Amino acid sequence: MRSATASAGVPGPARTRDLEHAHSLPLAVAGLGYRVDGRELLVGISFVVQAGSFNIILGPNGAGKSLLLRLCHGLLRPHAGAVTWGGMSAEAARPWHAMVFQRPVMLRRPVAANVTYALRLRGLPRAQCRQRVREALEATNLLQLARAPATRLSGGEQQRLAIARAWALQPEVLLLDEPCANLDPRSTLDIETLLRALHARGTTVVMTTHDLAQARRLGERVLFLNRGRLIEDAGAEEFFAQPQSPDARAFLDGKLLA
Amino acid sequence: MDGLGASLLTAVDLIVHLDREMVQIIVLTFQVNVLAALVGCAIAFPLGAAVAVLRFPGRALAIALLNAGMSLSGVVIGLVVYLILSRSGPLGGWGLLFSPSAMVIAQVVMITPIVAALTCQTVADLDQKYDEQLRSLGAGRLRKMLTLLWDGRFSLVTAALAGFGRALAEVGTVMIVGGNIAHHTRVMTNAIMLETDKGDLPLAVALGIVLLLLTLVVTLLIEGVRELASRRYA
Repeated sequence: MRSATASAGVPGPARTRDLEHAHSLPLAVAGLGYRVDGRELLVGISFVVQAGSFNIILGPNGAGKSLLLRLCHGLLRPHAGAVTWGGMSAEAARPWHAMVFQRPVMLRRPVAANVTYALRLRGLPRAQCRQRVREALEATNLLQLARAPATRLSGGEQQRLAIARAWALQPEVLLLDEPCANLDPRSTLDIETLLRALHARGTTVVMTTHDLAQARRLGERVLFLNRGRLIEDAGAEEFFAQPQSPDARAFLDGKLLA
Repeated sequence: MDGLGASLLTAVDLIVHLDREMVQIIVLTFQVNVLAALVGCAIAFPLGAAVAVLRFPGRALAIALLNAGMSLSGVVIGLVVYLILSRSGPLGGWGLLFSPSAMVIAQVVMITPIVAALTCQTVADLDQKYDEQLRSLGAGRLRKMLTLLWDGRFSLVTAALAGFGRALAEVGTVMIVGGNIAHHTRVMTNAIMLETDKGDLPLAVALGIVLLLLTLVVTLLIEGVRELASRRYA
């Protein structure tokens, strides 16, 4: 089992998630298909995600990464196949999950209230909310901005707030859709540090990215997606050292995949 | 030319000395229309949000009806409310016809579709942006509507003002159900019409000036507050 200590520099509650008794894991995706106007955008995707793992869904733009993540989170219904989380449907499992979007929605209220909102929706009592909000803002280095309007934050700060929201929810699974796609290197580093800390607390992570370097830095396992198909599913080291498919080799060589 | 100049002078005199009849008319006008705007918004905000967020059969028709309601004729609304409230009408027993209450009811009927249609548009636009995030956080439909209304609050202020402004400018609706009774149901637009007909131009001009000024001041005040508040979240 993973150690509970948060990684250096990031304060957070030392808390081990009981990975063997996770409510909503493992995630089983079986024969998943999705199409729009007769166009097959995802075809026959199957994989399993175990508790405590850090999974990267890698692939070029338009590969279907975001779509796959939304289907896993139950925001879209598949046309074929099924998504189950510890035997539950994606919608039923959502209370144990949190998702960070590429462009997170900031409610038009102060930073702290954005986190409180998420906690209140999960039914957390007001008294507990305050403590959790404080912890989450501290962890994401946003405490000094707690009263600032969330919509006025910079892109990097907004993404940190989105992570703070997820941090406060203490989800079993964190889903992230290209969380660093619009960020500068400094902000990207901040986000990656936070993700490592969350993972160290026992959070299972499923994240999409098209950024090879980021996938190398973070991933334990890579699911390589291209043109709506799962081309490779391998440990990160293995994937980067010896990609099996021509598509993956081309992608790693920086050749665009048509 | 002399007539106009003299009227203007007398009008200014009436305003400066706060002529009793004029003040009474102004107070009633604002009582009726502010109350109508408040009640109208209380109905229209949730109604507009519901049509924007919920998916039900006939939703497209509901949106079309709301939009059509924006350009409903005030006189026709007045007539319908008149028939409903008249002695032989279904609500005749309430005895409300030719009272300020009847005017409020008619104005509510006129304001509600305007504010609801604008609310629906605002909330639907926000919903497109917020939908996945709110569902991800676990918001049910009711919570989602409340959240979208709150986040659309700056646009909704403008929607409410549009409804209030329309009511304030309305002549026919209040004339039909109120009856334009002196000291009882006479509001500014009706008084202006009547005094003009009678040839008593000074009171008509005085009321016209006050109506324009008050409309301007109220709008500027509310829009100013809205602008300041929304700038914080720009």
